[in-house]
Amino acid sequence: MTTAELAQDIRTDHGEVINVSTGLSNKKLLMWTFLGSDVMFFGAFIATFLVYRNRSMVGPYPADILDIPITSVSTFVLLMSSLAMVLALSYVQQGRKSLGTFWIFAVVFLGAIFMGFQWFEFTTFAQEGLTPRTNLFGTTFFILTGLHGAHVTIGILWLIFLGYSHIKGALRADNAIDLEIAGLYWHFVDIVWIVIFTVIYLISARDSVPPGGVPWVH
Amino acid sequence: MHSSPPATAPPISLKFPRIFPRPKSETGIWSWIATVDHKRIGTLYGVTSFFWFLVGGIEALLIRLQLSRAELSIIDPELYNQLFTMHGTTMVFLVVMPLSAAFFNWLIPLQIGARDVAFPRLNALSFWIFLFGSLLLNFSWIVGDAPNGGWFGYAPNSHLAYNPTNGMTYWVLGLNVLGIASIAAGLNFIVTILNMRAPGMTLTKMPVFTWMTFITSVLIVLALPVLTVALIQLQVDRIYLTNFFNPAAGGDPVLWQHMFWLFGHPEVYILILPAMGIVSEILPVFSRKPVFGYSFLIFAGVAIGFMGWFVWSHHMFTVGLGPAANSAFAISTMAIAIPTGIKIFNWIATMWGGSVRFSSAMLFAISFIAMFTIGGLSGVMHAAVPSDAQQQDTYFVVAHFHYVLFGGAIMAIFGGIYFWWPKATGWLLNERWGKANWLLMLIGFNLQFAPQHWLGLDGMPRRIYTYAENMGWENTNMYASLGGFLMALSVLVFIINVFISARQRKTAGDDPWDGRTLEWSISSPPPHYNFAQIPVVQHRDDFWFKKHPELVAEYYEHDGHEDVKPAPSGAQVDDAEEEAEAAMTHHASSDSEHHDDHGHGIHLPDMSYYPFILAVGITIIAALMIVVQGWRFLPTIALMAPGVIVLLWGLLGWSFEPVNDPDPEDAHAH
Repeated sequence: MTTAELAQDIRTDHGEVINVSTGLSNKKLLMWTFLGSDVMFFGAFIATFLVYRNRSMVGPYPADILDIPITSVSTFVLLMSSLAMVLALSYVQQGRKSLGTFWIFAVVFLGAIFMGFQWFEFTTFAQEGLTPRTNLFGTTFFILTGLHGAHVTIGILWLIFLGYSHIKGALRADNAIDLEIAGLYWHFVDIVWIVIFTVIYLISARDSVPPGGVPWVH
Repeated sequence: MHSSPPATAPPISLKFPRIFPRPKSETGIWSWIATVDHKRIGTLYGVTSFFWFLVGGIEALLIRLQLSRAELSIIDPELYNQLFTMHGTTMVFLVVMPLSAAFFNWLIPLQIGARDVAFPRLNALSFWIFLFGSLLLNFSWIVGDAPNGGWFGYAPNSHLAYNPTNGMTYWVLGLNVLGIASIAAGLNFIVTILNMRAPGMTLTKMPVFTWMTFITSVLIVLALPVLTVALIQLQVDRIYLTNFFNPAAGGDPVLWQHMFWLFGHPEVYILILPAMGIVSEILPVFSRKPVFGYSFLIFAGVAIGFMGWFVWSHHMFTVGLGPAANSAFAISTMAIAIPTGIKIFNWIATMWGGSVRFSSAMLFAISFIAMFTIGGLSGVMHAAVPSDAQQQDTYFVVAHFHYVLFGGAIMAIFGGIYFWWPKATGWLLNERWGKANWLLMLIGFNLQFAPQHWLGLDGMPRRIYTYAENMGWENTNMYASLGGFLMALSVLVFIINVFISARQRKTAGDDPWDGRTLEWSISSPPPHYNFAQIPVVQHRDDFWFKKHPELVAEYYEHDGHEDVKPAPSGAQVDDAEEEAEAAMTHHASSDSEHHDDHGHGIHLPDMSYYPFILAVGITIIAALMIVVQGWRFLPTIALMAPGVIVLLWGLLGWSFEPVNDPDPEDAHAH
């Protein structure tokens, strides 16, 4: 690497030119690094769920309560929100303001529908007798999906802020990086949901009373 | 990026109502609360964590007082539990980590030739969250409910059913708040080191301390979330009565141990790698030689950072994980001694044949090597599973980790303080008092911890508040206690030294030690903007070779570095210089009036009080969690409202606030 290669001009969101060594803007590098950190966060919770799989001592067990078709719909909605995010970023980068605004709020709308599904699921489960205090499945299920829901909620609030900025003209093509990093976050949260959906719903949905009761209790 | 058209219209920024005016004054308390200057934040970290060092030290002295003779009852068992818990927690999270952060903040921008870190306001946020988190944790002393479950907080021992006081709730919440601070700082330094380097400073030309900071930051960013998860699980167990660690519901006690040590072992390297970086800067300067085997030193650091992830179960050899798991972790633990050993030989070889000057900083650095080697060797002894089964939970382990963390980390940090103090203040610390400080600390330290090896092998368990008279441990414990008070004396000598030196004000000059890295090329203390002109780097130890060009050939001819050329081709340097110049003068453009002002036309981020407000909001939310134990969801949310409002105020104010307020002079210049 030559010395000249190291310093690259990057335009910041205020139109200022700064030199960065990697050619990747500071904000984008920060978001990627943060996502690496968040991988460990969700990884540890998902590992906990798997460790405690089939170890609840009382019901309701996953087979009694999980509803794959309904959650498949909310999963589809969240996946579509990622598509909307891609379109929103593309239109904002092209400077097409009304389309950009439309798709940013489409992401917000789809994210809100996903959260509505989660609210419905949580309240239904509580009525059917599963709360975070019921058993290990309840504890791991509610805390893991709840923290994912908290991530989605933060993303929704962030995108409302960015949508407002876009309407006001503070988010434009030349500082679309601000939307791009929100998009990175949004796609990441989406991918995490795919893992959670696989682990909790697809893999564990038929878990019932462990064969032979609970063997580790003597 | 390059293709985007230049903004012709002035950027529109949104307005958010200001309750306080944006601080402008360079002095006074508000200038510290609102500062975003990495040097001031470094000073705040240093002063705060030194205060906690004294608090943690007093906790240790009380422990040593109680153990100095058999069957003393100066301290009751409950208070003893609180003391050893808070001593460990304080020294790890409130002393060694933030003291290292003080060095990161002060030195990283200076060493890589930058004007500040990548995200100055985020940096301020890290400090304020750290400060408030440390106060929240220690607030438990005031309400008489200090944490009492050990710094490792083993669940279910720390579970509500077995530990009904609020102590461990404070511990969980305090550490979670501190975790946010650490992760934010870690992210900031990764981006700073990767992205803010001066032209020419490739990764293989970075100072060793910068490299170790980078590895440490990566470890922080990846390891702290695991602790956060374990803490959240314990927190919801304690506050919302869930079942993660509830044995009655099938909760697994080994899960906590895995989670804690999966964080806890990388944490050990988070504590020691910055210290290794510090001595790697001190030794070459006072040996008047480049550091020996730079590449090996760096790769060994990377290897330690990587292998540190595969050794955590050596804390759990007596849990009963089975021979396969125990063997695997024994082998990985022994293997990590290899990169560590490489570093020790690098440091020794750095001194070999050099013209060594025994300054206070150098004495601390050499003691670091010796003490760390002893601690490392007893660490290898723990790696052998049968031997560890005998040593588990005895004073042998206490001796081991104090040799690495005090004899290692704290010795190096003191060396670093003596080394960089003149850069930070402009005046030198007194060398005579400094050597007294070093000698007392070295003797006191060994008097306290060397006998604990014997105590441990003789079977004295950790975490007991007293022992029987006929065990034969009285004399050894007395030596240890005397050593402890000698160490306290050495810290007192350090404080006296600071006051004496402040009165003497022996001017340091820019480069008192014939330094090697970029921080010595600027004035002491450095100006607000650090570098009037961003330096262009050609070599490792660039500043030293600029001072001693005749040595370039001597050190680089036979070393086989492909990336170092005796005389870099003129065109490249010109390019880089032009770019640096262009970047620097972008704002001032050709307006020469700007060059004579205090900032050389350099725009640094304006001060901001929003990081402080955001940190207050986070801390209010955490503090309120203590009272919501067992509450339902909606009342909990309602109680959190004040914290959430402050948090949103900080967050929105921050988001709407431009990094720089528009400057009236600047507006017509453009």
